[in-house]
Amino acid sequence: MPPEGEVPVDTAGETGAPAESPAYVQADRYELEVNGTRETVEDAWLGETLLFVLRERLGLPGSKNACEQGECGSCSVLLDGVVVCACLVLAVDAIGSHIQTVEGLTASADVTDIQSALVASGGVQCGFCTPGFVVAVHELLRRSPDADEMEVREALSGNLCRCTGYGRILEAVRDVQRSRAQSSTGQTLSGRPFGEQSFGAQSFGGSGDVA
Amino acid sequence: MTSRSGTGVADRVTSGIRDRVGDSTTRPDGAQKTRGEFAFSSDLWMDAMLWGKTLRSPHVAARIRSIDTSPALAMPGVRAIVSAADVPGRPTFGLETPDQPVFASEVVRYHGEPVAAVAADHPEAARAAALAIVVEYEPLDPLVDPEAAISAPPIHPDGNVFRHLVIRHGDTGATGDVVVEGAYEVGMQDQAFLGPESGLAVPAEDGGVDLYVATQWLHVDRDQIAASLGLPVDRVRLYLAGVGGAFGGREDVSLQIHLCMLALRTGRPVKMVYSRDESFFGHVHRHPARMWYRHHATRDGDLVKVEARIVIDGGAYLSSSNAVISNAVCFGPGPYRIPNALIEGYAVRTNNPPCGAMRGFGAVQACYGHEAQMDKLAAALAMDPVELRLRNALERYDRLVTGQLLTGAVPVREVIRAAASHPLPPTPDPAGPMMALPGGAGATADPAHVRRGVGFAVSMKNIAYSEGFDDFATARLRLEAGVDGEPIAVVTIATAEVGQGFVTLAQQIVREELGIDRVVLGPASTVDVGSAGSSSASRQTWMSGGALQLSCVTLRSELVMRAAELWECATAQCIFDEVGVVRVATGERLSVQDLLAPAPLETEQEYHHRPTKALDADGQGDAHLSFMFAAHRAVVDVDPELGLLRVVQIATGQDVGKAINPVQVTGQIEGGIAQGIGLAVMEEIVVTEGKVRNPSFTDYLLPTILDMPDVLATVIEEPEPGAPYGAKGVGEPPTISSGPAVLAAIRDATGLPVTRAPVRPEDIALVWDQGTGKASRA
Repeated sequence: MPPEGEVPVDTAGETGAPAESPAYVQADRYELEVNGTRETVEDAWLGETLLFVLRERLGLPGSKNACEQGECGSCSVLLDGVVVCACLVLAVDAIGSHIQTVEGLTASADVTDIQSALVASGGVQCGFCTPGFVVAVHELLRRSPDADEMEVREALSGNLCRCTGYGRILEAVRDVQRSRAQSSTGQTLSGRPFGEQSFGAQSFGGSGDVA
Repeated sequence: MTSRSGTGVADRVTSGIRDRVGDSTTRPDGAQKTRGEFAFSSDLWMDAMLWGKTLRSPHVAARIRSIDTSPALAMPGVRAIVSAADVPGRPTFGLETPDQPVFASEVVRYHGEPVAAVAADHPEAARAAALAIVVEYEPLDPLVDPEAAISAPPIHPDGNVFRHLVIRHGDTGATGDVVVEGAYEVGMQDQAFLGPESGLAVPAEDGGVDLYVATQWLHVDRDQIAASLGLPVDRVRLYLAGVGGAFGGREDVSLQIHLCMLALRTGRPVKMVYSRDESFFGHVHRHPARMWYRHHATRDGDLVKVEARIVIDGGAYLSSSNAVISNAVCFGPGPYRIPNALIEGYAVRTNNPPCGAMRGFGAVQACYGHEAQMDKLAAALAMDPVELRLRNALERYDRLVTGQLLTGAVPVREVIRAAASHPLPPTPDPAGPMMALPGGAGATADPAHVRRGVGFAVSMKNIAYSEGFDDFATARLRLEAGVDGEPIAVVTIATAEVGQGFVTLAQQIVREELGIDRVVLGPASTVDVGSAGSSSASRQTWMSGGALQLSCVTLRSELVMRAAELWECATAQCIFDEVGVVRVATGERLSVQDLLAPAPLETEQEYHHRPTKALDADGQGDAHLSFMFAAHRAVVDVDPELGLLRVVQIATGQDVGKAINPVQVTGQIEGGIAQGIGLAVMEEIVVTEGKVRNPSFTDYLLPTILDMPDVLATVIEEPEPGAPYGAKGVGEPPTISSGPAVLAAIRDATGLPVTRAPVRPEDIALVWDQGTGKASRA
């Protein structure tokens, strides 16, 4: 339950007279390794979360900001191969770690079999939870390719979806398991073109730059 | 009429053009969304943009003595602070009546009401500055009881009663052989869309503003923003940014006006993104309801009369309360033949959080009442609950309690039979995984004590806007030759794609009507096209679909006219088919490509649905366009000692008219059921003395993938006369009767009355007598 502060929607802030030099001004320069690339973060407040830095400083808005309190999984990223909520990690705590975001799963314009299955099975509606599910399903099927339904449900229970009721997402996971089991190459994670789907998309693709 | 079960519906392929009406076409934005590249409203950015933050009242009701922004303005990085005194135009906004202040000025009427907004260089600077604004409040006694609000001193100049509506139908003095009575309650549900309220406002050179925002209805937002900014509507331009779900919660203005004020004040782009906490304060919720019902029936089980009184709490401001209470009253008896009725509804103003639209509004609350009553009546008559419902089910050419004659598809019996005919799940295995028991990972339930119940519920709701509202949608369509000469259809429509999949349907409709494979959707905005109306009331398939179909038909005629001119023959001699235009007499052909070679074709069409009428003083009138019906059967396991539940299975039959995209229909059904189950067993905004106690996903629980049961769905396709392709809406019905079916199953499992949704553990455990294994008190 939140405290009853001046701003009821915020729990982290302290009321009182403004300081001469508020904490947020303390800035620094540091490097992060994101999707195999070294990225420099300039002049950033050290209190920023990894989610904020990815989204607002590094141009990687694929990790989503649904709750920013570790409850919904929409900001799931891999930190040294482990799924974490980027909203619960301070960016500076990720220095020296390998960070992989949804943007790093495939080369541009490719989708993985998991991404393709989510679209084909109807597992995407508004899409806000989707990147988090994509990351979580990739990690689950890498770790446990033959996960049974209860294991799949348990593994994905940290990812909230408000649109689909999860039925089509489960269907997508089953489809991927089936097709990977049938495929002679087995566990490939390589993307495959999804060209026909890229046509006719709403023109809000690419970066969020509206200038 | 046809029906189809399950989800593995095979795609139809016709004349080489795939992905037409009836096919399970995939979303055009799907791949982008899976790659994280689809730009939602919180993903937008511009160079030199500022960050906005709202200051909200910590009080439920208070007088504002003073606001001192000077300490906050002096903080580093702070560029502007705006409050009520800075609103350039109309100080209030509202969907129907502008009764809600842009910022509270003299009085605060609910916990979390906006008081001021800050723009700063960094979100943390904005947040710190909001905290540094000094507001002197004089707290007032809040009015929080909706019953008391009816006669209490007004807390707003417009009074406390938003709407009082009475339906008198047939002989209101009639009585039945068997009478059952009950009181029911529904809590406050949150839409909990995952993409928080967010947007980017950019000041324009003409003194106006461009706003990129997630909303359900661009044009009505624009009108409200322009009024409060004191600008002509053409200088306020709205563009739909990616919408992360809506479910009714984006019908009302939230941050739009604040954001535009900050951008105009600073002359810089301003971005605002609500935190999850703030989102709970930043939008309207589902109305809590208190309901009393008395049903009369003959000994044979024919309904004689329904009496009801329904009070919904609209909170501090009107929003769409008037339409919500109308639905609750009109559909108060459910989808049954009721010769006599006396139903009274109140929508009232209190100091509780404002309530407005959420999926199925009005019908959801009433369904908890009428379906509990049907079970009670079945018990009193010693009849099977499903039989009782079948016996009284509405049919075509029956009348509603509003006197409206049902002239469309009314497959109530079909949806009931479909839901009832799905196989029941296997009996629980005591040696099965603990995760599958109530309590799940907590592993708390004693398998031997778990009881299983089965419950049934049926519902109805209107499609589109009612009671005389001139409901319309606009579509613009341009046909042109692409660089390779192949025709391209460009659709410009202001329909808010909120996840429901209208973008997919738009492509399917153009392919169906014109046989053009390449269909491009332009951005949705207020700039290039007229209003599409709201993405709510399950109306866009019909309304925007209708406008687009009309545009296609118009351009088809123009293609035929072009052909007739070229051939110098009558247009009656020319027929449009899948490939182009054929000259009947000679068999000559011109392809769409040929016909577009001289110049592109373009049209903008408005589609209006059949006019509806206001309800008269007795609540009588043809107020609604059309109706959707659904039935749900729930199987629930209950651990009564701990009051823990697990919904095991939902089976459903749903009337859709026509499934334009069967996979998307399945997605709507499953997703709607998840929200219905949520309201039934876990979702509630806890409000005590007007204060919101659980504004987070830690304390406000949403169904997870572990909470969702298997869903067995049968879609009933009986075409709706007058609807494009015969299609009804599909979004709302799954949310309406799924929850009441779950409550019926809990009653079946425990024998407890269970009259309130959501059912909390204490509602079961604290009235359960462990010694007797029965209800200790009822």
